[in-house]
Order: sequence, then C-alpha cells, then structure tokens
Amino acid sequence: MATVTMSKKACAVNPLKMSQPIGGAFAFMGLRGAMPILHGSQGCTSFGLTLFVRHFREPVPLQTTAMSEVATVLGGYDNVEQAILNIYNRNKPEIIGICSTGVTETNGEDVDAFIKLIREKHPQLADFPLVYVSTPDFKDAFQDGWEKTVARLVEVLVDVPPAEAERDPARVNVLPGCHLTPGDLDELRTILEDFGLTPSFLPDLAGSLDGHIPDEFTQTTIGGVGVDEIATMGRSSWTIAIGAQMRQAAEAMHSKTGVPFRLFERMCGLMPNDEFLAFLSEISGQPVPSKYRRQRGQLADAMLDAHFHIGGRKLAIGAEPDLLFDLSNMLHDMGAHVSAAVTTTHSPVLERIKTNEVVIGDLEDLEELAKRRGCDLLITHSHGRQAAGRLNIPFHRAGFPVFDRIGAGHQVSVGYRGTRDLIFNIANLVITDREVNHQPTPDSWRPSNLASRSRRIANATERSVA
Amino acid sequence: MSSLSATLQDIFNEPGCAKNANKSDVERKKGCTKQPQPGAAAGGCAFDGAKIALQPFTDVAHLIHGPIACEGNSWDNRGAASSGASIWRTSFTTDMTETDVVFGGEKRLYNAIKEIIGKYKPAAVFVYQTCVPAMIGDDIDIVCKAASRKFRKPVIPINAPGFVGSKNLGNKLAGEALLEHVIGTEEPDYTTPYDINMIGEYNLSGELWQIKPLLDELGIRILSCISGDGRYHEVASSHRARAAMLVCSKSMINVARRMEERYCIPFFEGSFYGIQDSSASLREIAQLLVRRGAPEELIGRTEAVIAREEARAWAAIRQYKPRFAGKRALLITGGVKSWSVVAALQEAGLELVGTSVKKSTEEDKERIKELMGLDAHMIEDISAREMYKMLKDARADIMLSGGKSQFVALKAAMPWLDINQERSHAYLGYVGIVKLVEEIDKALFNPIWEQLRQPAPWDTVCKNTHSDPMGQAAESASHPTPAERARRSKRICFCKRVDLGTLEDAIRSHGLTTVREIRQKTNASGGCGACKSRIRHILASSRESSAPAVLDAAE
Repeated sequence: MATVTMSKKACAVNPLKMSQPIGGAFAFMGLRGAMPILHGSQGCTSFGLTLFVRHFREPVPLQTTAMSEVATVLGGYDNVEQAILNIYNRNKPEIIGICSTGVTETNGEDVDAFIKLIREKHPQLADFPLVYVSTPDFKDAFQDGWEKTVARLVEVLVDVPPAEAERDPARVNVLPGCHLTPGDLDELRTILEDFGLTPSFLPDLAGSLDGHIPDEFTQTTIGGVGVDEIATMGRSSWTIAIGAQMRQAAEAMHSKTGVPFRLFERMCGLMPNDEFLAFLSEISGQPVPSKYRRQRGQLADAMLDAHFHIGGRKLAIGAEPDLLFDLSNMLHDMGAHVSAAVTTTHSPVLERIKTNEVVIGDLEDLEELAKRRGCDLLITHSHGRQAAGRLNIPFHRAGFPVFDRIGAGHQVSVGYRGTRDLIFNIANLVITDREVNHQPTPDSWRPSNLASRSRRIANATERSVA
Repeated sequence: MSSLSATLQDIFNEPGCAKNANKSDVERKKGCTKQPQPGAAAGGCAFDGAKIALQPFTDVAHLIHGPIACEGNSWDNRGAASSGASIWRTSFTTDMTETDVVFGGEKRLYNAIKEIIGKYKPAAVFVYQTCVPAMIGDDIDIVCKAASRKFRKPVIPINAPGFVGSKNLGNKLAGEALLEHVIGTEEPDYTTPYDINMIGEYNLSGELWQIKPLLDELGIRILSCISGDGRYHEVASSHRARAAMLVCSKSMINVARRMEERYCIPFFEGSFYGIQDSSASLREIAQLLVRRGAPEELIGRTEAVIAREEARAWAAIRQYKPRFAGKRALLITGGVKSWSVVAALQEAGLELVGTSVKKSTEEDKERIKELMGLDAHMIEDISAREMYKMLKDARADIMLSGGKSQFVALKAAMPWLDINQERSHAYLGYVGIVKLVEEIDKALFNPIWEQLRQPAPWDTVCKNTHSDPMGQAAESASHPTPAERARRSKRICFCKRVDLGTLEDAIRSHGLTTVREIRQKTNASGGCGACKSRIRHILASSRESSAPAVLDAAE
C-alpha cells in the first residue's frame, strides 16, 4: 500500500502536469472529421497545439473561441457561436468538440445553454454533433480531461439500442486511456482481430494521428472513429476499458446500452496480457492463436535476458496515474524497486502502486527524491530531460509529451510484443549507462567507495516494498 | 488594470512604427492586430509573446502566475541558447487551483517568489501575469514590489495576460516592462566606445554566436543583448551603450526608440539574414559608433572584414547556384523579416514564387517588389489548403516556413525547411547563409521525394475499394457520386495533368491497350514518363474488368 501525499509548495517547479482542457481536446482528436475547440483566449489553444504538433509531428486540428479581454467581461456567447459557424462553414467537420478553460470557467459560462441557443438560432445545426465538456485549467490534469470527454462522448453520441435489437457477438468496444499511443491501439486492434473480433475504438487516435498521409488536405482530423460508428456501439457484445480512467466511460456505456464491460488496468507485462488473452479467448470462443503462444515465449525469454539489467534498479518515475501504475508495476515485476513515484492527479490506482509513497507533485519533487534515494533509472516525459542530465542516470521517455525524440506515436508497450520491446529498450539504456558511466576502475572497490555504495543499497531496500 | 490599458494605448501610438504612424486616430485606437476570428484563428497570445521576448534572459527565474495551462503546456519549448546560466530553462509556475481562484492568488504568488529566491538564487525574478489572475484582480505589481523590498532582489512584473492581444503585442508589453523596471537601474562595470545593444535578437539555436566572432574581431562589444543569451545585469546597465541595432522587425521597436529618446542611443533597424544585409548591418554599426565618438579607423577595419567574409560566403554559395537553377521556393514567414530572407535566397539562385507579407509593413512590401520584381506573388494571408494546393500542383519545389505549417508541405511530399523560432539550425551572418543554402540543398535533393511521390504499385486503381472496410466501397458502388468522383479525379500523370477518369474513358471508348496508344490519345506519360507503370496497371485492371467482347476487339 502506498501513501499518497500532496506537494506542499507554493511554486510548482518543472511541472509534470499538463492542463485538463487539452486532455479533453485530445480525446476529440480520435474522432473522424473532428474539430476540437478550446473556449478561452488564443494562447490556450496555441500552446496546446504546439505541444501536440511537437509530440506527433503531425498537423493537429485545434481551434479557439479567441476570447479577448472585452469578450471575457461581456460573456463568450458570441465567440462560441462564431467559432462554431466558422468551423461548420469552412471546414465541413463531422463533429465539433468544445472544452472550457480557466478563463471561461472563472466567469462560470454555461456553454451547454449557449449550444442550445445556437441550435435554435441556426437550424442547420439542430442535429449536428456538438459536444461540450467542462474542463477548467485550475482543477485536475490532462488525464482527467480525457476521462471526462470520453464519458461525455458515450453519453451524447451512443444510441440506446431498441429493446429487441440483437447484439453482435463479434463486435467489441474498446475504450482506451490517454496513455495508449496510436501504435498501442493498432497492436490491440491486431490482437482483437486475430480472435475474430471486430473492435470499435473510442477514441481512435490510430486513425487520425498515426502519421498516414491523406489523399486530400483537410483541416479536421483525417481519420478516427466516425460519429455513425459510435452511435451503434450499443450493439456490441462487450466493452473493454483500458486504464482505470476509463471506468467512468465504461459505466456510462453500460448504463445506457447494457453492454457489459471488463476493465483492464494494465496492458504491459506478462500476467496482464495472459489475463487479457484469456478473456478474449473466452468471449470469442476461439483458442489463443499460435502467434500469441510464440509471442508469449519471446516475452518470457526477454524477461530472462533483461532481468540481469533491470533487477535491483531503483526506479524514479513521473507519469499520469494510469501510465505510472502500468509501467511501475511492469518494472516491479522485473525486479526493479519503485523508489520515487510522482504523479499529476488523484486516482484509485495510486495506493496500489508497489512503493511506499506516491507524490502528487512536479519534476522538481521527482528529481529531489531520485537524488536522495539514489535512483538509477528515470522514466518520465520529455520534460525530464534536464533532470536526467543533472542526475546522469539512464532516462526512458514515456507518456506525453515526447518532443525531443521522433516516433512517439509508435512506441508500443501493450501486448506481449510491446512489452518485450519496451523491456529491451530499457535494459539497453541500462547497459549503455554502465558502459559510459560505470566502467570499473582500480578505485571502484576501495573501502571508502564501498561504504557509500552499501549505504545507498540499505536505503533502497528499506524504502522499496517487496 | 488601468495602467495596463494606458500602456497598451502607448504601444498603439508608437511613433517609431511606420504602420501605426500611417493610421487614423480611430484605427490606431483599435490596436495593432486584427481581432482574431473565433474558430479561424492561429497564433499565440500576449503572454506567449512576452515570454518569448524575455525568456532568453538566462540568469533570471521566470515565474508564471496562473493555472497550469499557461506554463505546464508550454515550458522548455524554445531553442534559445545560453553560454552560462541555466535557470531560465527551469520552469516556475504558481499552478493556481480552484481555491486560489476563489480567494485570490497573491499570497501564493508571494510565497512562490520566496521559495524561488531561497532555493535557486537567481539574479532576478520575472513574474508573468496571465488571464485568470488578471480576471480575479490579483495585483502582481504590488506583490512584486513587496517581494523585491523584502528579499532585496529585483522582482519584475510583466503585465501581459493572454487575452489582451496577440503575440506581437506581448513582445512590446515585455519591452515596456524592461523600460519601466529594468533598463537604467544598474551601471556597467566599465564602458568602451565600442559598446552596442542588440535589441530583439533571441539567440535561437545559438545564432548570435555566428555574428559575435566578427564583432569580437572588430573590437565591438555587445554590452547587452535583449534578450538572447542575456544577463539581468547587462540589460539593467544597457543604457550606457553607444548605439543599438534593432534586429527582429518591429517586435521591440518601442524599446529601441525609447532608449534613443531617454539615453540618446541611436539605433538602426537591420538584419543578419543574407550576405548583403549582414554587410549593411556591420557598416551601420561601425558608422553609428564612429558618429558617437569611436575612432574613425573602425570603418576601414569593418570594410576589410566585410570584403573577406563576402568573398568567402560567395565562393561557398556559388557552388550551389547551378544546382538551384530553375528551383522555385515558397516563403511563408512570421517574425522573420521577409525581404531579408528573399535577398538571401536569391543570392543562392533560387526563384521565389511567393512570399508572405502578413506581418510586413508597406516599406517592406516595396523592398520585396524591388527584389523580386513587380509580379512577385505577395501573399497576405494564405490558408493551409491553398498552400497545400500550391505545393501539390508543383508551383513550388520547396517551402520555407515556420513549424506550424510544416506538415502542409511534408504531407504533400514536398521539401520543407524550418526558418522560424523553433528551427534547429542557425542561419545568421555569412556562415549562416551558407548553412541555409546547404540545408536547402539537402532538402531539395534528398532521394526520398521521388520515392514518396510514387504510389504503391498494387493500389493505383483499386485503392478506394481497399482503404475503408467500414463501407466506403459499398457506398461508392451504390451511389457513384462523391466517392466515385474522387476516385476518378485522382491525378495519374502529373506533368500533363491527366486524371484516372480520363484514362479509363479513353481506354473504354477507344479500346486502348498500350501506354503508347494512351499517350497519343490523352497526352498522359508525355512528360517525365514516371507514370508509365501506373498506366500499365490501369490497363491491366481495365482488361480484367471489361467485357470479353471489348477485349477481343482490342486484340
């Protein structure tokens, strides 16, 4: 059991957290023909946009209601109306998603009421999908914005199936958390299809941000799940939710359509995937394809080869709750000690992380803990690069954003194959670090050096939970 | 906020800005930039602009007072370089919570300043105001004053909340803060007759260091750079410089002009983009310094350096001229002054088919006309779709722009080069222009373009029937309208602009079977011939699908 503590500082230094509205907008980006809008000043959108573009190296649709100081005082109805009309007329979207920001939430704007008025005033918008989510910047974090938006999409866009309608036994809904990459979604899709299942992903970032080159240039998303497909998700036989953040959406789906759900909190590691594949085998009535029996063997072998390097490592990890839970558990299962764990927001999974203490804080907290506890492996997003440089320990980039390396959208950590490759990557970082920084010297084993080493080891054992 | 609106009005009245000087009183009141259109706007806010302008001060702690979005979503995202201190890259924010919004954030802000000074000991703290605390009435001026007195350290309020306007306005508001609180508050350790200020230079990718060796060689000292690789003490004592160069267009003209007014520091507006501009700027610096009392011989030495550097750069660029012959470039820039880049590219032998003038003044446009000729395609405001079309139609061979539009070019499988703030290469001065040309050459002649423009051999014809299993195929069969039209309009021969529909009709009505017959009937493959394999596939698949009678007749 980990205790969850909050950082007590007045000043956040090197934030780990990103804001809730862009997490919400991110969810809309997994819908086909979508245009997300942040209801706030221009900068709210511009910063978010730059962040997504640097991470995916893709064009990213994200608009703004461009609230000026005057509009903020007078109220944003006109801006919301104009933004919707401009986008509707110019970009021909299939859906417009609106997330609020700190500016408009401080005013307490009732955007749902705005939308109602706009629909009345402009009959062409009467049935057009307009989805609003309240996501103030001064509360919660990126992951919460995603969580709320997906739940809202289910509530608004999924049709209630008629009572006599039959469910399609081969069709499953997948509700992925925001910690999964387009590469992860493609891997999951392949696995599901290999069991003869037809998945509908909500949202489906693999359709929009996987880097494919569209035939036509469009301002909206270039792929993703269609509004029509979402409407029929009530006919699926199962919903698979990935990450504890997706419980809310899965429950919404269940209560609206009666589709049962199974929540997988983890998708990285041997046991979680055993559980996942056993479940797929059960619901599809098909044996596990031989391909996955082989992949399981390969993962087992990877674990054997890598445990020499990862075993005993003292991990410092900073990530949003679900990613933190998945990755730290996987490395714990490989023999690493989770010595410092920092996250952005509350979640029921935090106290089940295999460590003594989880801090809701920033990268300064992570860096200090890592230093104090002698950590020798760092995992966080790209903003950890300065800390990694100062700590001079191996640094694996995970989460969002990864802006200083390419291919972030295709990093895979789900499934046997994804876990296998992730383990190799991390083990190789450790090996490189040993080659560069820890070659034995004639003084490596002198008593003075040994004393400080053994003190560090004692600390680590005391702090890590078996 | 009355003082902020007064400052804003001052900026709109800026006499040094030609654009403003030509406006009527009413127009000027409205401000510098058009009100952004909701749902169709791009670009940053005033806070973004202020941070861009000041963050390159390397020994200063930059504290953002606001909810997490303003700093959490944007920190450590610029490529300015530092020769020493690294505190500027550490991110500080009050990360305001709901409680702060309800009860006010001033206390948290004060404590944050205290924590920063205690832990990090910066030369100064810059506190940036954002929208939410501005709305709830947090007075950062008073907090900064109190903290400054208590901790005996400069704590400077930067009043540029995002919703007051654009990025450019934020640049100017940042300048106002420097003028009001920083410049002239300290004295330099010593002065020389060769001291200059560089204003509006941000040392992106370390580009300042492409110029500095030449200035060093001439004995010219950059007393203060605002703000690239800047130090607090340097800018605080920058009022003792003899002359100043205003580098980045109009973004900090208020600083240059007011320093001239207050401290009699003459300035000129110049750039180090391109050979001629670099030479002109060096000359101007030397002349201004001599006019302010530096020894006359500086001019001669400067000319010697210019002659040497120009010869070197020309020799390096000349090698590329034949390779660039007939190559056309499209230039879409924001902050970088268009005309200076235009000149630089022409030196390398590139033909410019268009340049954006969105942020240029009338004077700039005149210069572009001079440089590019009267028929220059000056683009006021280009939409991404138009840009894509220009590239797709091969009206340009390469696009040079800022990061935000890069995918327009890349997705059209067209070479692209980053010339804005986020660029990772430095392009200043004589060495920089050679580097730029080298990069353009690498981009233009990379073998990937040719491969990427080839469609996969198996799906030239049946692409649409495969790509969307969810029903597009079924749809195109039952309603031949949009999907079928899109399929038929697919360009097969790019040189002669022949689409798939034309080819299929020709094959069907004339019973064509060879590429040669197709060329005779439709002109397709009459250009570079790269589409031959595509046409062969179309022929093969139309043979399969057509009725045997037609087949017989054809054979």
